[in-house]
Amino acid sequence: MAKARRAHNTPPWWFALPALLLFAFVVLVPSVRGVYYAFTDWDGLDPHFSFVGLGNFADMFNDADAMQAIWHTLLIAVSITVIQNAVGLLLALGVNTAIKSRNLLRVFLFAPAVITPIVTAYLWRNLLGPDGAVNTLLGAVGLDGRQQDWLGSPSLALWAVVGVIVWQFAGYSMVIFLAGLQSVPQEIHEAAALDGAGPVRRFWSVTRPLLAPAFTINLMLSIIGGIKLFDQVYALTGGGPGHATDTLSTLIYKDAFTLGEFGYSIALAVVLTIIVAVVSTGQYLALARNERAVS
Amino acid sequence: MNRYRPRTLALELVMIGTALFVGFPVYVLVNLAVRPASDTSSPLSPTASPTLHNFTQAWQQGALGGALANSVLVTACSVAIVLAVSSLAAYPLARVASRWSRGTYLLVLLGLVLPFQLASLPLYQTMRDLGLLGTPWALVLFYSGLQVPFTVFLYVGFLRALPRDFEDAALIDGCTPLQGFRYVVLPMLKPITVTALVLNAVAVWNDFFTPLLYLSGSAQQTMPVAIAGFVGQYVTDWNLIFAALVISILPVLIVYFLLQRSIINGFAGGLRG
Repeated sequence: MAKARRAHNTPPWWFALPALLLFAFVVLVPSVRGVYYAFTDWDGLDPHFSFVGLGNFADMFNDADAMQAIWHTLLIAVSITVIQNAVGLLLALGVNTAIKSRNLLRVFLFAPAVITPIVTAYLWRNLLGPDGAVNTLLGAVGLDGRQQDWLGSPSLALWAVVGVIVWQFAGYSMVIFLAGLQSVPQEIHEAAALDGAGPVRRFWSVTRPLLAPAFTINLMLSIIGGIKLFDQVYALTGGGPGHATDTLSTLIYKDAFTLGEFGYSIALAVVLTIIVAVVSTGQYLALARNERAVS
Repeated sequence: MNRYRPRTLALELVMIGTALFVGFPVYVLVNLAVRPASDTSSPLSPTASPTLHNFTQAWQQGALGGALANSVLVTACSVAIVLAVSSLAAYPLARVASRWSRGTYLLVLLGLVLPFQLASLPLYQTMRDLGLLGTPWALVLFYSGLQVPFTVFLYVGFLRALPRDFEDAALIDGCTPLQGFRYVVLPMLKPITVTALVLNAVAVWNDFFTPLLYLSGSAQQTMPVAIAGFVGQYVTDWNLIFAALVISILPVLIVYFLLQRSIINGFAGGLRG
């Protein structure tokens, strides 16, 4: 094999070809086509459609439902990011101690994260109903006055959605924080304790900087996941009551497949894309600067 | 780890309390799933005379067996394809230091931020024209492409941290690049392959939006779509619905508890990169 002997030791580019073809067919080409359709009035079926320029985007500004959906999308994404990661961090700190049940608790607290989201959403739809377990529980502990139709009230439904997501994915954040915590050397902690630093000071000055990469991953995952959210809203509230919990994702689905407004729907998807891109780029830059600052 | 102090005991109790709080919905789920429709007592009180009747009924009426088989088929095929093509693609993308390689990698990473709603609506038309709508193959094709960016990202990160000495030695010994990949690189990638396998399988198995689009109206459903249809049909019969929910999460939970150690480590390690 004389030829192989002088082979330069870099793998050939065509190894990437199968993956690139699949990626181009499924993601790239349809995304580019999507951007094109966003400027048309196509209904998804009729081969005749016309170019409407920025019409769909102009309509969006006059469409109260769309504006509300954009607002809900951002509100849900930010709330989930803050609450889920705060809870996840507390759980991680709790199970990263000398408690005896720590291994069992890790397995148990992470379990909701592997369950199909639509299934947990249907479960919670029942639990949060007027006669559901949450109200029964509140009654049982004497908090009858707090009983609510959680998903039927426009002001509460959005927060119920956030609560369900946090219930499901706090364990997910916990596991990533836990991986970060385990890279914090115990000796540094002990040295800080000897120097008289209390638990809060030790967390802020020793643990927090070393958790920077875990924060980056957790915040990126939860904010992008929150912006794209569809399954849970669809199954919990269907976007209702009225449009009180409609997000960009549920509105895209409704406009495309129940109203036949394909062009308008895909324009909403373009807006969703822009939001994801802007938020994730901004977040990436901010977190990268933070990671550099602490390392 | 520090010694066990009274404060540790207090923390232990708080954490166990939290776990019970998290587990409470699952208790209600199982409790109502084994309850006959005639029992209308509080959802909190344990069911007096548990029955498995709801399960047999849900299984038959919801065609859950077919949905389960479809979900297994779609998940297995998609994950196998995406792991194969992504690991192969990651090899040159991680090892070749050229503008071409770097540009391609960035293009692939762009797929991480594109919301799938953007691509899956236009792709719906293509799938229809190809006659794939309503078949599980539309989903296999979709996930095989959709999961490429994330999987390539995991593989490239892992490969860059690996020394290239073994591959170089294999090539000098006369391996073709493909043989070098198959017999030298792939075995070294095993830890990240397990992680990528779990993360992709969970993502594909749990997805609802895409099968809702591509399989709607057909008899070939995946589990999440079958469950959604079932809930729509038996909208008030929650004991039956809960039995169906239990059936659908049971396979996932069994696999999770059997493999929990590597799944949890995989999630943490794979994403930490």
